[in-house]
Amino acid sequence: MTDLAVIATPHIRYLAIIPEIVLLGGAVLLLACGSLVERQLRARVATVATAAVSAAALGVSLWQWSDVTSHGAFTAVDHAVVVDGFSALVNVLVSCAMFLTALVADGYLRREGVEGAEMHVLAMVSASGAMIMASANDLIVVFLGLEILSIALYVLAAFNHRRAASGEAALKYFILGSFSSAVFVYGIALVYGATGTSNLAQIAGFLAKNVLAADGLLLAGMSLLVVGFAFKVAAVPFHMWTPDVYQGAPSPVTGFMAAVAKAGAFAAFLRVFLSSFGLLRTDWQPIIYALAVVTLLVGAGLAVVQRDVKRMLAYSSINHAGFVLLGLEAATARGVSASLYYLFAYTFMVIGSFAVVTVLGRRGDASHDIASYRGLARRQPALALAFAVLLLAQAGAPFTTGLWAKLQVVLAAVDHQVPLAVIAMVSAAVAAYFYLRVAVLMYTPVPAPGAAPGVESPAENAVALGAGARGAAGTSAPGEADRSMPGTGPGQVDVAPQLVHARTVWTGDARNVAALDRLNAGLLLDRDPVTLALAGASVEQPAPPAGLGLGTLGGGVETVAVADEVTASPVRVPPLSAVAIGLCLAVTVVLGFWPGPLTAFAHHATLLFLP
Amino acid sequence: MTPATHAFPYLTVLVLLPAGGGLAVALSGWARSLPRAVVEWFGIAVSLATLGLAIAVAALFSTTSGGFQFVSDHSWASGLGVHWELGVDGISLFLVLLAAVLFPIVLAGARTRTDARSFVAWMLLLECACIGSFVSIDLILFFFFFELTLVPSYFIISGWGYTRRAYAAVKFFVYTFAGSAFLLVGILVVAFAHKEQTGVLTFSLQALEHTHFSSAGGILLFLAFTAAFAVKAPLFPFHTWSPDAYTEAPTGGSMVIAAVLAKLGTYGILQFDLRLFPQPSVDLAPLLLTLAVIGILYGAIVACAQRDLKRLVAYSSLAQMGFVALGIFAFTTEGVTGGVLLMLNHGLITAALFLLIGWIYERRQTWQVSELRGLQAPAPVMAGAFTIAMLASIGLPGLNGFVSEFLVLSGTFLTHRWWAVVATAGVVFAAIYLLWAYQQVFHGKVDLANSRTRDLSWAERMVIAPLIVVIVFLGIYPKPVLDRITPTVNALIARVDAATHTHQPPAALRGFAARHSVPMTAKKATS
Repeated sequence: MTDLAVIATPHIRYLAIIPEIVLLGGAVLLLACGSLVERQLRARVATVATAAVSAAALGVSLWQWSDVTSHGAFTAVDHAVVVDGFSALVNVLVSCAMFLTALVADGYLRREGVEGAEMHVLAMVSASGAMIMASANDLIVVFLGLEILSIALYVLAAFNHRRAASGEAALKYFILGSFSSAVFVYGIALVYGATGTSNLAQIAGFLAKNVLAADGLLLAGMSLLVVGFAFKVAAVPFHMWTPDVYQGAPSPVTGFMAAVAKAGAFAAFLRVFLSSFGLLRTDWQPIIYALAVVTLLVGAGLAVVQRDVKRMLAYSSINHAGFVLLGLEAATARGVSASLYYLFAYTFMVIGSFAVVTVLGRRGDASHDIASYRGLARRQPALALAFAVLLLAQAGAPFTTGLWAKLQVVLAAVDHQVPLAVIAMVSAAVAAYFYLRVAVLMYTPVPAPGAAPGVESPAENAVALGAGARGAAGTSAPGEADRSMPGTGPGQVDVAPQLVHARTVWTGDARNVAALDRLNAGLLLDRDPVTLALAGASVEQPAPPAGLGLGTLGGGVETVAVADEVTASPVRVPPLSAVAIGLCLAVTVVLGFWPGPLTAFAHHATLLFLP
Repeated sequence: MTPATHAFPYLTVLVLLPAGGGLAVALSGWARSLPRAVVEWFGIAVSLATLGLAIAVAALFSTTSGGFQFVSDHSWASGLGVHWELGVDGISLFLVLLAAVLFPIVLAGARTRTDARSFVAWMLLLECACIGSFVSIDLILFFFFFELTLVPSYFIISGWGYTRRAYAAVKFFVYTFAGSAFLLVGILVVAFAHKEQTGVLTFSLQALEHTHFSSAGGILLFLAFTAAFAVKAPLFPFHTWSPDAYTEAPTGGSMVIAAVLAKLGTYGILQFDLRLFPQPSVDLAPLLLTLAVIGILYGAIVACAQRDLKRLVAYSSLAQMGFVALGIFAFTTEGVTGGVLLMLNHGLITAALFLLIGWIYERRQTWQVSELRGLQAPAPVMAGAFTIAMLASIGLPGLNGFVSEFLVLSGTFLTHRWWAVVATAGVVFAAIYLLWAYQQVFHGKVDLANSRTRDLSWAERMVIAPLIVVIVFLGIYPKPVLDRITPTVNALIARVDAATHTHQPPAALRGFAARHSVPMTAKKATS
């Protein structure tokens, strides 16, 4: 008994960990109370509660920020936790990401019929793990945060139990993730063995005072830590899980994972290597250099050949990780600030992008082929514009946070590693290509009536039908339409089914009218391409293309039409998702035009211990 | 040399006006019932307002100063030392004017059949980006606008272009973007070198031009900058994107890309390479001159072999841009002045040619020279306009092309005689291919298909008239332009001379004697 009493429990300064407490407490409360709410209301209540908790976490994080900037950084809980500008900024970032994810997830859960508080609860737990990683001042606490973050994410990846891909992704993530965690723990053990402490500041102090005669143990430990972190931030060659998991996981979860897991892991990565091993930078900088180079190039290179938008964004996130590594490689205060700026800008871009992808995924969350984005601008101009801007921002278009972020990290790198900066920018050039590919595809009209909503009059539309060209509404130059037909045109085959709609209904086949009416249910009629096609067809009869006998297609119309509905009808954008996309867009563009505040913000986000 | 400042932020408004117009057009997408004519006229009105403002700037521009005028400087990203710093000098003034003149013409004369709203919005955004690039004197800001030009031009090519537009657009984008990757890194390295020397992190051109570089470092930086600009211009080995992009782009796109966007490359060389790296510029001048001469000859010879009018003009552009580079790297007042003037003139001439070719295509649906014949009979006005533009491009005295080509060649002859001699062959070739094309298309006995070609409508005559008037006016009386260019060019040459401790024959009129060495101070006094 007396023995137990002597074990000193550290004094816990709760205000130091208040954002984590808010998120975790909110999660527990929501889990407990969520089941008491009536089933119909549960989803909405869970969303509102999560958004409120995230907003509260954002509030306390901002309070922490002002506290740190006015009173200085400090450590707490027996030096296991540090509160400095860095951790406060990451807390702000994670809270924002959580808030946005809650909004996006709401629409997703309803659409997929898996309403419930569980996803929100798991996300909040995971987010608190990221916060713990960011403010950890002890390797053990870093590991604690890493596990809290990861375990919740494994479950989240499997969340949509109706999709086999979701389960597969989760299993893959779980197995590889637990390996990497084991490697990470081993690294901690070796570092502890070499230095006699797991506290980050004390490791730095030990290394400052002692020169290790045989530093093999320490170097091995550091390498294993690099592996563990590199896995979490998806740096090549530890990125193998990323495309599969990003593709398989539910889309809102992918956005969350890309933003929060990366932010948390990078926060710890930066802190551990700069605070603890800052003096050994010459040992680890070459490793990070190599990692950054392959991550940048492989991420950009492989993204080019993807046909699935989620997979493409997964590789693009690998490329982004390479950019953040530039800041780490620089190993300077400017580098830290640049990396954080990058993570901040990236969070909003990636959550916004995945919010659009979620919305466009349609029921079943499976419509992610790049071809299904064709002509989106005509069907849903606002959504297409938002996605285009977010993609261009990721590519590093001027006057968005994307280019400022790239500018900052490249500026940090150029200080001493000009070749790395050049490689980074070349990879950005490659990356720009695949972002633009999607953007352009959205603005390439689907042939014939799919392009109808932008056309002024049905008569012009009918001419477009007749010409069979890419919605060329011109009347005075028929040759223009011929010449401008895309030679590569994968879409040209679509002309036939579209014409079939128009034609069949025009001839008044009641059965098909009924089929089309069913299709139109729930769609916005005035924007629906089928309706407009009908209007056009009633003015001028489109000539059926050669080789397509109408009679033989009578029975096939409905199936063709259904397939068409999947790719060519507008999707409903849930209001909360629209809000989330709007917020992401606003942050990306407004802070792109007016970079001052965020730059200053990131500039003050310094690490407490920086040798 | 003190920069003239004005209470009204002319340049900021000049940059933001088209952007605002473009945004308004884009947002009008929600008003679906808006007729396309309203959108098109709104676009023309916005670009005309921009032109009015640009003319006001040109009128208020002081001819006595060689420095930047209308400077407005606001801190933009304080932590990074990036400023919203705009200013015009004699070089950029006319490029701004060129852009401001051409965009209304493009919007009025090269309308698209489909989706006018997006086209107008992209065009206005492109105008903002072009003007912004020409007036930015903060390197990061310049880079922002320089990059921004890519996005609308990519969408314009891929959205409204011809058969192989996707290929052309991607090639265009990847080439230029890869080039500018080097530019960004180069800018950052320059800024860091400046920071090490002075302790201030800034991207202002006027501050950075006093940075010193080691000779090897300077040459690498020069090459990094020049890579981006040579792709954009395009200069000889980096030109392969341009014939595809010029040919596959819609008429308006070809006009803007060839006439305005390409000038960003040579403008960048003048404004940034020569100011920041005078010594490497002089050291590597023989290389650049050789590339320029190769470009002139290659462009001209390939143009001779073209059977497609649009490709022919595209290759002739390559040759003309070679002349610009030749003039710049001659490092004489005449050469550089001629280069600047040629940028302006080439912009006007190429735009006119592409516009006319676009109209021919609208009527005949072909660019093939072999399918066009005797258009002079059914379309005399078009033939007349084409004649003037074509003769200006050849460099007939009395039209604007002559003045600039003469200045370039005479300026080059003073310092680099043999390059000038070889380049002169390019002028001869230009006469060959352009006259041949003209003869084939407009002369000869008209056949049935060509006999029904419509002549230019009154609206089209109104659109082409300003270009023709300016082409003739600048051929007869280039003085107002030269008056404004010369002080800046003199300052630039003086700066290069001072930095490299060499001196070039300064006076345009002293000709041959000026090549013989006279002490520098004496020379300053005489010129």
